[in-house]
Amino acid sequence: MQNIFGDKSTDPKHALKPTRRRFLDYLLGTSAFATLGAIFYPIFKFMQPPQIIESAENSVVAAKLSEIPTNSGKIFKFGNKPGIVLRTPAGELKAFSAVCTHLECIVQYRPDTKQIWCACHNGQYNLNGKNIGGPPPRPLEEYKVNTRGDDIVVTRS
Amino acid sequence: MRIQSLIAWFDERLSISTLVAIARKKEVPLHRHSIWYYFGGMTLFLFTVQVVTGILLLLYYRPSSESAFESVQFIITEVKFGWLIRSIHSWSANLMIATLFIHMFSVFFLRAYYPPREITWVSGVFLLFIVICFGFSGYLLPWNKLAFFATKVGTEIAGVVPVVGRPILRFLRGGDDVTGATLTRFFGFHVAVLPATATVFIAIHVLMVQMHGMSVPPKLLGQPVKKMKFVPNFILRDLIGWILAIGVLAALAALFPWELGEKADAFASAPAGIKPEWYFLFMFQTLKWLPAKILGMDGEVLGIMAFNIVALLLFIVPFVDRSDNRRRRLIFNLLGVLALLFIVVMTIVGYVT
Repeated sequence: MQNIFGDKSTDPKHALKPTRRRFLDYLLGTSAFATLGAIFYPIFKFMQPPQIIESAENSVVAAKLSEIPTNSGKIFKFGNKPGIVLRTPAGELKAFSAVCTHLECIVQYRPDTKQIWCACHNGQYNLNGKNIGGPPPRPLEEYKVNTRGDDIVVTRS
Repeated sequence: MRIQSLIAWFDERLSISTLVAIARKKEVPLHRHSIWYYFGGMTLFLFTVQVVTGILLLLYYRPSSESAFESVQFIITEVKFGWLIRSIHSWSANLMIATLFIHMFSVFFLRAYYPPREITWVSGVFLLFIVICFGFSGYLLPWNKLAFFATKVGTEIAGVVPVVGRPILRFLRGGDDVTGATLTRFFGFHVAVLPATATVFIAIHVLMVQMHGMSVPPKLLGQPVKKMKFVPNFILRDLIGWILAIGVLAALAALFPWELGEKADAFASAPAGIKPEWYFLFMFQTLKWLPAKILGMDGEVLGIMAFNIVALLLFIVPFVDRSDNRRRRLIFNLLGVLALLFIVVMTIVGYVT
């Protein structure tokens, strides 16, 4: 067994005695490690961007009623993420997260196919936000929609 | 005589005569595959074009989400020859990736990675990935819509890799989303980290080529091969290629100036018909075609993992294929042709659809 107090078989000159050299080597080795750690730990942590606390916004005025005629949609800001509010051909108001569940592109409403569509990789969702075609693996998160006068208010459910 | 003594003074300190002797001794084998020897030098030439035009762009470019787009607009509309420098930088980047791919596939099919040239190959694969990072980081810098979504998708691709993905994504983006913080980081990678890394690997790569000389394809090894002096015969031929390249770049920049597009907007839908740069098209098309679920796993995760594994396999090619034997040659030729076919077909499909 090698230890800081020396070893008979490898170092016969200083048998069984804690030699000064070994002790100093040990100190030097550990302090070299500690120094490297003290240098690289802050560098490594510095490269990690700080967590920004998301705004606790639970509801937002997404649009005016007049902005969204039947069979159209609009992107709105929900905290720091985009949402989409749309009026179906039947006249119903709906709101979803606009972040595609495939690779995070921003989706849009397509009046011609009456679907929510992602232009990046041709992902398709129906008007309930369910993924029905292309690569998206999950449905879009749905939000609650209320109207207050002319305002469309979207709330995280 | 003054000049003679000046040369002697420098020679004593820098051993110039040794370098001259090495350059004089260097020869290039002549055979029917010699044409492929030009593509490495061409890639290096286009890289120097990138360095020069990149430094010029730095005189005016401003790396922030508020001013990046406007500063590029300023470069191409107000600065004298700004349109030319910027277009050459973009075109040269694309041509460099093209010549790099040609160089890599020619080295692969001619087995120029056989011992003792394994490290030359490995340093070359590192350079391939460095160049792809150059392309990816540089693409975001004009801060336009296409670049914004390309970066969103590209970093998200890194993010779906299990375990390490999420921290890598946050490191690349400088947060959870693509924002001005991402632009600042990419700028740093593009003009500091990557050039420094590339310089080291280019030095290793070129030094290795000088140490081992040009590789002769194994098929021709037993036969007498004619040779050409590198200085001045081959280098003059190289030079003609480089002059042609400058002409092509100028013509492309003048006839097809690189577009700037619309400024990025974090709250706008991805524009219809959005596509990445041509060298990412084959991966883009694959991701588009993969079904949402494969064997219970998300399709894109599987696809991305597969691409990562292929990328890693590139590194070990010279350690698996070490000598010329008929069966192995057949297998590796087949793998190379399949990879090439896959890339070409998927790129074309991605381009036309």
